[in-house]
Amino acid sequence: MMCRIRAFEDAAEEASRGGVAAFGQQAVGQAQVRGPLHLSTGQEAVAAGVCRHLRPNDYLTSTHRGHGHTLAKGADLERMMHELFGKATGFCGGRGGSMHIADFSVGMLGANGVVAAGIPIALGAAQSIKIRRVDAIAVTFFGDGAINRGPFAESLNWAAAFNLPILFVCEDNQWSATTKTGTMSAGQGAAARARSFGIEAEVVDGNDVGAVSETARGMIADIRAGKGPRLLHARTYRFKGHVSVDPAIYRDPKELEAALKSDPLLVTAAQLRAHGVAPTEIDAVLQAARTEVARAVETAGQAPWPAASDAFSQIQDTGAGQWL
Amino acid sequence: MAVMNYAAAAATSLGDAMRRDSAVVALGEDVGRGGIFGQYRGLQEAFGSERVIDTPISEATIMGAAVGMALTGLKPVIELRVIDFALCAMDEIINQAAKNRYMFGGQSHVPAVIRMPIGIWSASAAQHSQSLESWFTHVPGLVVVAPATPQDNYGLLQAALQCGDPVAYFEHKELWALDGEVDPGQPVPLGKAALRRSGDDLTIISWSKAVHWSLDAAEILARDGIEAEVIDLRTLWPWDREAVFASAAKTGRVLVAHEAIQVAGFGAEIAATLAEQTDARVARLGGPRAPVGYAPVLEAETRVTPSRIAAKARELLAR
Ligand SMILES: Cc1ncc(C[n+]2csc(CCOP(=O)(O)OP(=O)(O)O)c2C)c(N)n1
Ligand SMILES: [Mg+2]
Repeated sequence: MMCRIRAFEDAAEEASRGGVAAFGQQAVGQAQVRGPLHLSTGQEAVAAGVCRHLRPNDYLTSTHRGHGHTLAKGADLERMMHELFGKATGFCGGRGGSMHIADFSVGMLGANGVVAAGIPIALGAAQSIKIRRVDAIAVTFFGDGAINRGPFAESLNWAAAFNLPILFVCEDNQWSATTKTGTMSAGQGAAARARSFGIEAEVVDGNDVGAVSETARGMIADIRAGKGPRLLHARTYRFKGHVSVDPAIYRDPKELEAALKSDPLLVTAAQLRAHGVAPTEIDAVLQAARTEVARAVETAGQAPWPAASDAFSQIQDTGAGQWL
Repeated sequence: MAVMNYAAAAATSLGDAMRRDSAVVALGEDVGRGGIFGQYRGLQEAFGSERVIDTPISEATIMGAAVGMALTGLKPVIELRVIDFALCAMDEIINQAAKNRYMFGGQSHVPAVIRMPIGIWSASAAQHSQSLESWFTHVPGLVVVAPATPQDNYGLLQAALQCGDPVAYFEHKELWALDGEVDPGQPVPLGKAALRRSGDDLTIISWSKAVHWSLDAAEILARDGIEAEVIDLRTLWPWDREAVFASAAKTGRVLVAHEAIQVAGFGAEIAATLAEQTDARVARLGGPRAPVGYAPVLEAETRVTPSRIAAKARELLAR
């Protein structure tokens, strides 16, 4: 899974060059993936380690940086790439793009263009699970910056008050756009905030998929057993800029250099080698993922655009949109 | 058929819907004790605290959680107390609920009724007295409703729950005690205006509590032999063009009267549409662009009243 996410992000990054005017870059118009593209390169272990414990009927909400979560929840990679390309064959028929990637058929209730907004949506899904007496849980991924928005605090309080089956996952890549999150955050972070509401929380090395998985496994088992909400704080690092075209000149190159040494793919490869897996076998996994993604890029390029009239469909049943 | 007030009509309607459809739930502050206006009276006793859900004072999360509920098979009725506090939940209403279905290409629906009472709530001053319904008419994805009578509060709530779209549902803070006959068997469709009074000389278009002021204004005008037709729009989006255009064709003069501030109020949309597409002469009357003050004299100064509506009607007739 981590290899598939890496391959997906790398290909999406490549296809997005010149796709948006921001961070001193100009849009050149012919990019296949246009608009802001938030890559989760380097953060793969968090998505993979958590989602491997989820079932299709568990619910998930994500963030603007949501490709990895969506893939890990079981969404079809090809249809995801088609959505990034804005094609009719994408998950949202080209209406959503990267920031609104979703596959409701596997319980992935959507990425979100608004920081922290996915948190209460997952909370409501968790309450719905309880009301409908379904055997499932809800999981919400959010960034380290998101914990400074009100819905995070409101949702922690609410989840504890109602003892809801929800796992909060703070994917801490240390940055909020161009701001070092620590400089703008008081206290000891997401886990401490959760504990102050009486929610059990743990901090893990988010680049070690084994550690993430082991901690998530225990927490998810507790949540399924009705023990209430849990929070997992996974420390990782954002390898790329805030969006794909952002050269991230505001951060010390040494910081990235150091972080690259604990690239979750390298960490995992080393662990596998230590367990006697042949390096060629490990390379083959990444190669297979790149082949799968290349095929998706190719079909996405050929896929049809949505019809212009789709601008007015799937808005609402009563009083749908139109030119007046 | 029974006589009940506007609040009881809503509670009865919601109860009937909850009995029929186990997916309907209600959530918000203080709903367990019937809501602060009695608009949820008896419901938690009847349906339990899992379906009539008391929540923390967390408007953004009440609305956000409701979106999550709606996406996973429930039909939430969201209590935001008054429109003024709904402002704490604007992202969740506008970016999350209203856009969901479109953004995700029709994978999702957000059936939800968002209750945000509007209007001046006498002596409650600037943060409890706003009428912001026009903001919501601006947002694709939302249906916008504003009942003026107990019957319509019963019927429109039923229709709103059945329509499958997120509905911005604007009751009025000062209509709760209004009594009227309610026939649960009489459906009130979305998008259909009601003719409240017939007349040939001019049309007054209104909604919510201003309908009652418009009817009083029509009485004032009638003393001078002026016969006003009064149309209660009931649904602001989609609004009933057919009914409005038909009345405009009949009277040739249309005044839109509403409690909300006139500047960029929904009256402007109706008046502009009529000006563009009909020969009718149009006028509008909304509140002044001023916060509502506490002292009686200040509050009164900013109220749209029957006499102000009547005066505006005479102006229109003189043009
Ligand atoms: C409510 C809101 N405020 C601001 C933004 C602009 N914005 C997009 S991503 C981002 C940084 C978020 O940081 P974090 O939560 O750590 O997530 P990350 O980007 O690191 O994954 C900001 C400020 C937004 N999308 N929504
Ligand atoms: Mg971050």
